[in-house]
Amino acid sequence: MALTPAEVRHIATLARLALSDDEMSRLGTQLSAILDHFEVLKDIDTEGVPPTAQSLDLHNVQRADVVTPSMSAADLELNAPRVEDGYLRVRAVLE
Amino acid sequence: MATIDLGRTAHEHAAALRAGEYTARALAEATLARVHAQDGDLNAYITFTDDLALQQADAADAALKAGQGGPLTGIPVGVKDLIGTKGVRTTAASNMLGNFIPPYDATVAQRLNASGAVTIGKTNLDEFAMGSSTEHSAFGPTKNPWDLARVPGGSSGGSAATVAARGVPIALGTDTGGSIRQPAALCGILGLKPTYGRVSRWGVVAFASSLDQVGPFARDAEDAAALLGAVAGHDPMDSTSAPLPVPDFTERFGRGLDGLRVGVPSDFFGEGLEDGVREALERSIDVLAANGAVINRDITLPTAQAGLTVYYIIAPSEASANLARYDGVKYGYSYLDGRNAEDEMSQTRGRGFGAEVKRRIMLGTYALSAGYYDAYYLKAQKVRTLIRREFDAALDQVDVILTPTSPNVAFRLNEKLDAPLAMYLNDLYTIPVNIAGNPGVSLPCGFSEGLPVGMQLIGRMFEESTLLGAAHGFERVTDWHRQAPPERG
Repeated sequence: MALTPAEVRHIATLARLALSDDEMSRLGTQLSAILDHFEVLKDIDTEGVPPTAQSLDLHNVQRADVVTPSMSAADLELNAPRVEDGYLRVRAVLE
Repeated sequence: MATIDLGRTAHEHAAALRAGEYTARALAEATLARVHAQDGDLNAYITFTDDLALQQADAADAALKAGQGGPLTGIPVGVKDLIGTKGVRTTAASNMLGNFIPPYDATVAQRLNASGAVTIGKTNLDEFAMGSSTEHSAFGPTKNPWDLARVPGGSSGGSAATVAARGVPIALGTDTGGSIRQPAALCGILGLKPTYGRVSRWGVVAFASSLDQVGPFARDAEDAAALLGAVAGHDPMDSTSAPLPVPDFTERFGRGLDGLRVGVPSDFFGEGLEDGVREALERSIDVLAANGAVINRDITLPTAQAGLTVYYIIAPSEASANLARYDGVKYGYSYLDGRNAEDEMSQTRGRGFGAEVKRRIMLGTYALSAGYYDAYYLKAQKVRTLIRREFDAALDQVDVILTPTSPNVAFRLNEKLDAPLAMYLNDLYTIPVNIAGNPGVSLPCGFSEGLPVGMQLIGRMFEESTLLGAAHGFERVTDWHRQAPPERG
């Protein structure tokens, strides 16, 4: 299944990945080849088979509703690229 | 003081430390000198933690002097740089996290520290653990100590290479589709992927959350049991960790191979398997049989072949969601000169991630996108159920399933770098085990073209002890695990 350049661009937009034209064209070819390979699943009968999300039979794991210490804001700010007055600064989202 | 033999295993060092042959400090100093000297060739480490190691070694000496400590007290260990370490840069081998210093320790790092182990450094990997060669590292490729022109496997190639090269006796890795077992095979050491849920994932940089597991590299089963025992167990911070007691993973040592029921599925010995690998495996099966194991060649796992395809839908899908957090706002690389908020985010991600990571994010985003979810992700999850059922049925008839770990020995650097499908095929035999969730171990079982061959044993859920017992039994009748790569420098 060959992906069109428009489809590759659309996926990159969804994934918020800025890609060069060269990357776009290489990824288009490589992803198409991988998607061809995915076709083998079509031949496997999964009628009535439930999906597996993970391999343990654990459901709705809960803990007691007790307050525990969390990391300090000052520690977390150490890795943040833009901090102002104790806030993470981002560019305006609405223009 | 006499020179310390760094070819020793962790349990041999532990005995020597207790006997007062040398101190943990002397062992740490000798180890640091060796791994630094080796790293020009191997590039197994991203960050060395000399100061931390010497502090931990002094604390270990104090504990040993007081008659305290356990099997890992004072033992040098390498830690894959995907595992968060408080105050120590944790990069995931990505430019995205090139300067990231975690404000907390992963649970496995906490437990490793509590065991008294001495952390020598953070080991190299494929970026975000995505790869089978450790070539996809922003810090350059790791080399195979058996042949520097070849890859060590991946993604935990740094941990595998430094253990194989007698740098450290043990190391931690992570395994999402084979990232412990395949490099263990290609470097000629033991690597174990525990059952999904056996070891906490909290604080480990997430790749594919339903598949990722932390596990040990070692040069024998006893050391692997000790390291797994130190880090395993339920963790309230990881709701997918299993609320089960941790056994003594050496509990099946001493039983030997007598009566061990070994299933050999022909599905795993088909096209694409190198002749030299097949021959080493067949000789090892003969060794097992000669020592009392019962070989069963009638078990089949026909759907497991599709595991590779299932994996390349599920893992990139989960990765595309997990890696959405790298947005340049909270931590990590940030591009600050964009036109607007969205452009900055896209530029941050486009510049911060390497080629393989971008490839997988694109693949996962596509598989999860509107109109394709049922055809890809949901279908893959259903096939996953079939694969689990096949493993369960096979393991009703046998105690362990034996397969090659990798279809080939270590390949040359750059050989598969631009051929993603050929690279992905390296994990054909290891991936189905992650899909099913079962534990798997790779142990050295021979050589082909002068390079190590690995044998994979797969066990029932939470039966790591059975795998390590079988590995220990095999070590007692073979000496593949004692083979060391050539000394250099």
